[in-house]
Amino acid sequence: MAKLLEVTDLEQYFDLNTDFLSKLAFEKGRLVKKERIVKAVNGVGFSVGRSEVFSIVGESGCGKSTVARTVVRLLEPKGGRILYDGKDITSLSRTGMLPFRKKMQMIFQDPYASLNPRQRVADILTEPMLFHGVVRSSAEAKEKALEILNRVGIRPEQASRYPHQFSGGQRQRIGIARALAVGPEFIVADEPVSALDVSIQAQILNLLMDLKEEFSFSYLFIAHDLSVVKHISDNLAVMYLGRMVEKGSKAHIFGNPLHPYTLALFSAIPRISGTTMRTGRNLEGEIPSALDLPPGCCFHTRCPRALPLCREVLPEEKEIEPGHFLSCHLY
Amino acid sequence: MNDTLLEVRNLRTYFHTFKGAVKAVDDISFSVGRGEILALVGESGGGKSVTGFSLIRLIEEPGVIESGEILFEGRDVMKLSEREVDRLRGKEISMIFQDPMTSLNPVYTIGRQIEESLLLHTRLNREERRKACHELLHSVGISNPESRLKAYPHQFSGGMRQRVVIAIALAADPKLIIADEPTTALDVTIQAQILRLMADLVRAKNRSMILVTHDLAVVSEMADRINVMYCGKIVETGATRAVIDKSAHPYTRGLIDSIPDLDRDRQRLKAIRGIVPNMFDLPKGCNFAPRCACATEFCSAHEPELRELGVGHFVACHFPLVVQNGEEVRSHGETA
Repeated sequence: MAKLLEVTDLEQYFDLNTDFLSKLAFEKGRLVKKERIVKAVNGVGFSVGRSEVFSIVGESGCGKSTVARTVVRLLEPKGGRILYDGKDITSLSRTGMLPFRKKMQMIFQDPYASLNPRQRVADILTEPMLFHGVVRSSAEAKEKALEILNRVGIRPEQASRYPHQFSGGQRQRIGIARALAVGPEFIVADEPVSALDVSIQAQILNLLMDLKEEFSFSYLFIAHDLSVVKHISDNLAVMYLGRMVEKGSKAHIFGNPLHPYTLALFSAIPRISGTTMRTGRNLEGEIPSALDLPPGCCFHTRCPRALPLCREVLPEEKEIEPGHFLSCHLY
Repeated sequence: MNDTLLEVRNLRTYFHTFKGAVKAVDDISFSVGRGEILALVGESGGGKSVTGFSLIRLIEEPGVIESGEILFEGRDVMKLSEREVDRLRGKEISMIFQDPMTSLNPVYTIGRQIEESLLLHTRLNREERRKACHELLHSVGISNPESRLKAYPHQFSGGMRQRVVIAIALAADPKLIIADEPTTALDVTIQAQILRLMADLVRAKNRSMILVTHDLAVVSEMADRINVMYCGKIVETGATRAVIDKSAHPYTRGLIDSIPDLDRDRQRLKAIRGIVPNMFDLPKGCNFAPRCACATEFCSAHEPELRELGVGHFVACHFPLVVQNGEEVRSHGETA
């Protein structure tokens, strides 16, 4: 089956010093040119099949949100290729992207910042419909908006309210409704539940899964919480410092995790059953700065099993078992 | 039983706003023993942070501690003068706040901020204070304290800042630490580091801790006893395993079921329906009745009192859940 989204060798850099003057710095009495580049994503490749949920997990600063934003071209990729439904969208112009924008929609993390406070909820939904021409008249758009709002659990009489009149969970429902408005087939959800209370989080996760069943969406799901990911994903990747260190199906990653970083993530998760986290091995240290990536394997500075080789050579991605990819010298 | 360090009786903290009074903490009583970690759990708006702040009288206008006794080592904190409370804060009871970005002063060095606490609460001289700062940073796992003490908060990562906040909280060797969502802003691997650190420090010195959090999984790993709070009231309290494994209040059960847990594999999460009620307009009777799957008319008319189910396990529910042979059964006793 053809993949809906295929990403190869994706790279994303951010230059912190955008103008020429700020690149100059005095060092030992001499004026030198210094680049300060954050290497957020370094050669990431993955694919998402139709009606599949692909998740990317990792800690803050690992580049997972940057991948999401680059894939939908909210950020211009600095390298690599993005194929959507077999078509290369890596360097399409703004107008060239338009038909794809309709098919790819995004749900953002912060339901407070991602809705325009001056727009009524109904307008938030009808604007993209009218823009993309999925409806013929504003009356039709209004009708459709109410229908979608109803589907996500917002009552029709609430449609003329402003975002600040809703709770966090309701706002996230509105954010989901906005993504649904133009009838997408691929949804990028960037930490959609991490800002919500646990009981609301469960409601939103259930809603996302119900919608997937109903409309057979594909999701690219970004999360930092492995237990949330386990709940919803078909396939997933674990990211660390801009690289995917382990990638595979849910059964691979949760049944047979191999990369030392994946194992460390598992042992760090607090569980209802208690005691695992407190007795487990501590992962020492912190994530190195993406401004100054360590040579060799990006994880060697914190890895409890690092070999001398790890400090020098970047591990290649290997297929350990069919569909289970790993970048580690230990295997 | 270990002896009691802190006992709270009938604490009420209300916020008087233009829209009316919000009963953020409404008549709660609990105690903390020496060497014990007590958790306050619940969703946002449950009153757990306000409870924490009330204990050291850090409640500002329009909030007022309406009534109650806060007995710390037998002394009632409510009856102390402002100066006496000042001597208590930081020295006897210290606090760790949620956001390490905002709880440190950006214009002072880390060293000065740790030293301040020592200056206020101990009689060490300058040289001893410097040594104590080193030891504190070392104990919270910050390497080469020499150069770190001269650094400013912005030069630290979130996890490091939270370590510094913990170091400050521990500086005067307090008897009770109130930690308000200490790891919510941190990544999981860093969270695990910090939680292990806090548990070790508390246990090693037989200190007590009140852990305020919304994360039941963190609580199961850390706490000895749990208070589950909903709408300003304690709805269930007891030993950690009793509350988690034999939770009797439908709200506690709902919270546990709505967490995706690695040990369980389910296709759908059991969510609690609805949202936390508006605090200006609390429902009649049981606050949880509108969201409860098994509420009856009786629940919406009568407010349940806390009653004892097992040893030290209390629940405020007319129809507590009972676990029998691993199956949940609704008890049909004493309805009215």
